[in-house]
Amino acid sequence: MNYHWNWAIFLTETPSGSTTYMGWMLSGLEVTLALSLSAWIIALLVGGLMGVLRTVPNRWLSGIATVYVEIFRNTPLLVQLFIWYFVLPELLPTAMGDAIKSLNPFLQQFLAAMVCLALFTGARVCEQVRSGINSLAVGQKSAGLALGLTLPQTYRYVILPMAIRIILPPLTSEFLNIFKNSAVASTIGLLELAAQGRQLVDYTAQPYESFIAVTVMFMVINTVVMILMHKVEARVRVPGGGH
Amino acid sequence: MYEFDWSSIPGALPYLWIGMVMTLKITVVAIIAGIVWGTLLALMRMSPIKVLSWFGAGYVNLFRSIPLVMVLLWFFLIVPSLLVSLFDIPRSYDTRLISAMVAFSLFEAAYYSEIIRAGIRSVSKGQMGAANALGMSYAQAMRLIILPQAFRNMVPLLLTQGIILFQDTSLVYVSSLADFFGTAYLVGSRDGRLVELLLFSGAVYFIISFSASQLVKHFQKRTSL
Repeated sequence: MNYHWNWAIFLTETPSGSTTYMGWMLSGLEVTLALSLSAWIIALLVGGLMGVLRTVPNRWLSGIATVYVEIFRNTPLLVQLFIWYFVLPELLPTAMGDAIKSLNPFLQQFLAAMVCLALFTGARVCEQVRSGINSLAVGQKSAGLALGLTLPQTYRYVILPMAIRIILPPLTSEFLNIFKNSAVASTIGLLELAAQGRQLVDYTAQPYESFIAVTVMFMVINTVVMILMHKVEARVRVPGGGH
Repeated sequence: MYEFDWSSIPGALPYLWIGMVMTLKITVVAIIAGIVWGTLLALMRMSPIKVLSWFGAGYVNLFRSIPLVMVLLWFFLIVPSLLVSLFDIPRSYDTRLISAMVAFSLFEAAYYSEIIRAGIRSVSKGQMGAANALGMSYAQAMRLIILPQAFRNMVPLLLTQGIILFQDTSLVYVSSLADFFGTAYLVGSRDGRLVELLLFSGAVYFIISFSASQLVKHFQKRTSL
């Protein structure tokens, strides 16, 4: 095998001249991080709300949350992404659809990917919130109600403060899932990290260096987040809770 | 408002069926190979031999820290050309299906291995002790005592992972391999009916995955000890 390794390729200027190949990779990393963070925050909000709804003693409310979870967990992420990106603008009223289509392409791709990842992950967050709430002793809820708190008050002052500490670790690990899943956005042309990797292969003709560099970037971020996660986990652990 | 026109679906059904067969082929191969390789990885990781346990842990952590899309791109763009230059394979040979099967098997094995490791640890320690006291070797105890019980506990999780895998196979789209989703996308763009075909493919995935997960739940209730 006579492959000519050339790691200096990343310091070479790109054909457009404004930056180096390293610059391309870093901008891809930026997009990946911005996408993952924004989608994660929305996922926590949506998933938290839906998770609470799933445990509420009201058929309609818990039904809505169940339907949401089943739909988003039982269709592939790629199909969901394509539906947000290609199908939704067509189905909206014409004026709204046209408004979306006249956005700049990057924004269109970014928004579609963000909403898609957020709702996809929200369904998983929802299940974790539900199991966190269900893992609390039933007595806690009864005690709250017996003290004369209303159901929303019981959730706010008794159930949720406990549940949040229990589910925080799995919720942070959902960030890692979003971070990895965000690479799927390369299929609709969003220039995130994986897409930059493909582009580097085409432009530099140095496939091994490009792919190794991008893969290592994913691994490094993953490891850093994991270490941070363990720190957070240790701080919020319920004392003596055994979780 | 958008006017739906579903007329291109009936004519495309034979192609979509061929695509579904390919999707199922990749899924089944990856589930079987993934569980076998995953079991070996789990055993390695729990082995007292340092080199083996490091390899097991390193492998699992590596695959769990990179996106599936990246793994697939490696196997579609880089590995085939590497094999062509290492061994004398004719360039025209289409390696995409094999690549997909290998990539999914290797990737899923990392996830299966974690499920299996947890399953093995869920079997109480006394069982291994009892097997040893009866004169069984480590291998015999694993094969005859520990693994059968462990697998019973983890069947639901393994099947659920299989359903996730079934959905994830749609990502072979990055190699333009014509699996079910790829075919639906192709037909949709050919006929200018992408909206209908994408919604149709979503519905098909949903029906299959939802029914399968309901079956798993049902099965779980019946077999739980």
